[in-house]
Amino acid sequence: MSAFPRLTASPARLPLDNVDTDQLIPARFMSRARSEGYGAVLLHDLRKKDPAARLPDGASILIAGRNFGCGSSREAAVYALFDFGIRVVLAPSFGDIFASNAVNNGVLPAVIPADRLARLEGEITVDLERVEITHSGGKIGFEIDPVWRTKLLNGWDDIDLTAQHAQAIASFKAAHHARAPWTRPMILG
Amino acid sequence: MSNPQTLFDKVWGAHVIHARPDGTDLLWVDRHFVHEGSHHAFRKLAARNMVLAEPGLTFGVTDHYAPTRGAPASDDIAGMIQTLKANAQTHGLEHFALGDPRQGIVHVIGPEQGLTLPGLVIVCGDSHTSTHGAFGSVAFGIGATDVAHVLATQTIWQRRPRAMRITVEGTLSPGVTAKDIALAWIAELGADGARGHAIEYAGSAIRALSMEGRLTLCNMSIEGGGRFGMIAPDEVTLDYVKGRPYAPGDWDRATAAWLALQSDADAAFAREVTLTATDIAPTLTWGTSPDQAVPITGHVPQDATRDVLDYMGLRIGDPLNGTPVDQVFIGSCTNARIEDLRAAAAVLRGRKARVPGLVSPGSSAIKRQAEEEGLDAVFVQAGLDWVASGCSMCVGMNGDLVAPGKRCASTTNRNFKGRQGPGARTHLMSPAMVAAAAVTGTLTDVRPLLEGRER
Ligand code: SF4
Repeated sequence: MSAFPRLTASPARLPLDNVDTDQLIPARFMSRARSEGYGAVLLHDLRKKDPAARLPDGASILIAGRNFGCGSSREAAVYALFDFGIRVVLAPSFGDIFASNAVNNGVLPAVIPADRLARLEGEITVDLERVEITHSGGKIGFEIDPVWRTKLLNGWDDIDLTAQHAQAIASFKAAHHARAPWTRPMILG
Repeated sequence: MSNPQTLFDKVWGAHVIHARPDGTDLLWVDRHFVHEGSHHAFRKLAARNMVLAEPGLTFGVTDHYAPTRGAPASDDIAGMIQTLKANAQTHGLEHFALGDPRQGIVHVIGPEQGLTLPGLVIVCGDSHTSTHGAFGSVAFGIGATDVAHVLATQTIWQRRPRAMRITVEGTLSPGVTAKDIALAWIAELGADGARGHAIEYAGSAIRALSMEGRLTLCNMSIEGGGRFGMIAPDEVTLDYVKGRPYAPGDWDRATAAWLALQSDADAAFAREVTLTATDIAPTLTWGTSPDQAVPITGHVPQDATRDVLDYMGLRIGDPLNGTPVDQVFIGSCTNARIEDLRAAAAVLRGRKARVPGLVSPGSSAIKRQAEEEGLDAVFVQAGLDWVASGCSMCVGMNGDLVAPGKRCASTTNRNFKGRQGPGARTHLMSPAMVAAAAVTGTLTDVRPLLEGRER
């Protein structure tokens, strides 16, 4: 994963609450390989019916409604956003699993109260380093888990990080299975 | 004296390998379930030339794309099923594949096989993994990147969520089930009501639930935004686990550890919510979010928005009771266990369905048991289709879809736009309520239909 850039763009808006992962990518598109690209199926069904869900081509920042990405754990919802070009989603709140998936794919889920989002106009700059957004009317902060911020800024990959703990994992496993042998399925003996 | 702990703290704490100063813990994972949708994660593993860390703790399940009538509906679907099979073979993991007598929906067969036990950390690339918390385990859904991480390391990095307790006191009225408790609390707190929290369900009404009911309740946690739902183990839990294929051999030692998994009396919860069981009526959704739910005697609320009303084909103030439905679905990891099928059959026995419908048991074992009990005959004689086990019309990935504009009374967990198919109109409710909808051809109160009947 590459490190998170400072980003300047005019945000697209999707002013709906509870946009769930089934809207972001309908189930029938989930069998495709990532290499086929998911951008074309972002909001596939919703945008046909609801003009508000037609995001402009080239959008990289999205202003969304409350509880964005609620629903399933399908990471393909983030793939669809990413492949479309979205790198930042600003919303009053996010589904827990979606937010975690976003960070794992280099997409910033930034939490900002709805009244402040409404005031953002024109081009804005999202600066993750300083956890602030510059817009025509000044600067506002946003919320991001500090752990996620570090991870995004450094482009860290969890598997690499975990490799440093290989020894601790091995000793934990031995102790855990000795302390609670029933945690292993019987088939292991 | 150590600090008072919640049930969640105790299970989580027993799995921390490394606590990072920034507040993120590296957790050991006792069980990892993978399904057809895990293909992205296996690909990531292959791209890094890594092998599966713990094949013995990883279990494959064919469910999301499983055909319910004969062969897979398309090459694409067959390919998804085949890819999982190939990955399971490559990595040497136990796989409950199509045709295996143990096959079924992941959140049904984990418990059924005795793989789901109290005190475990369980993950799966599926948001309804919260289901397994019904045994007092920390069970949660993860995305593909995290699935790949668990495959590679058998561990996962997580920030500890805040603790929340939903207490339900009293006795549920006849015709009211765990599904109604779930829809009631989600309607009250909202689809993001438990966001950032791990829920513990407690109180006399919860203790009185069967294991099936507890699974239904924990399953729905994510629909209220809660990634985790838990219930402390008790005798009901132990009775369910005993004798299951993977139940532990060192039973006495295991059960002693399990029964100690209770929240301490003075443990602190960041949030406490209390419901009264007798206040809960048979409940159903009217809209396109699980929190848009009302008692069956209720109406489409005044604050319903235009887009939802248009999608659902309803108007403000419409009574739910009497609204015609086009079809019914009894299935999914929420409500397709044996008790659910019995509850639906109790309403349908000796009656005809006025609309078509599909009944897909939660597992192949449940299908066999239902057939032994003669429940299949009840459904078939009523005019419903009795089909094989899988996720089926809960998500439609196998091709079992509700047609555009059709209204379906469904025992599933999500009424999102398009969830059961593009344009499908879903109303979530309990199995008994779905059976009642089948019998009358409308959304209806099941309670009068239960009078004089054995449950
Ligand atoms: S039955 Fe539905 S909710 Fe359950 S695992 Fe399958 S698709 Fe997901």
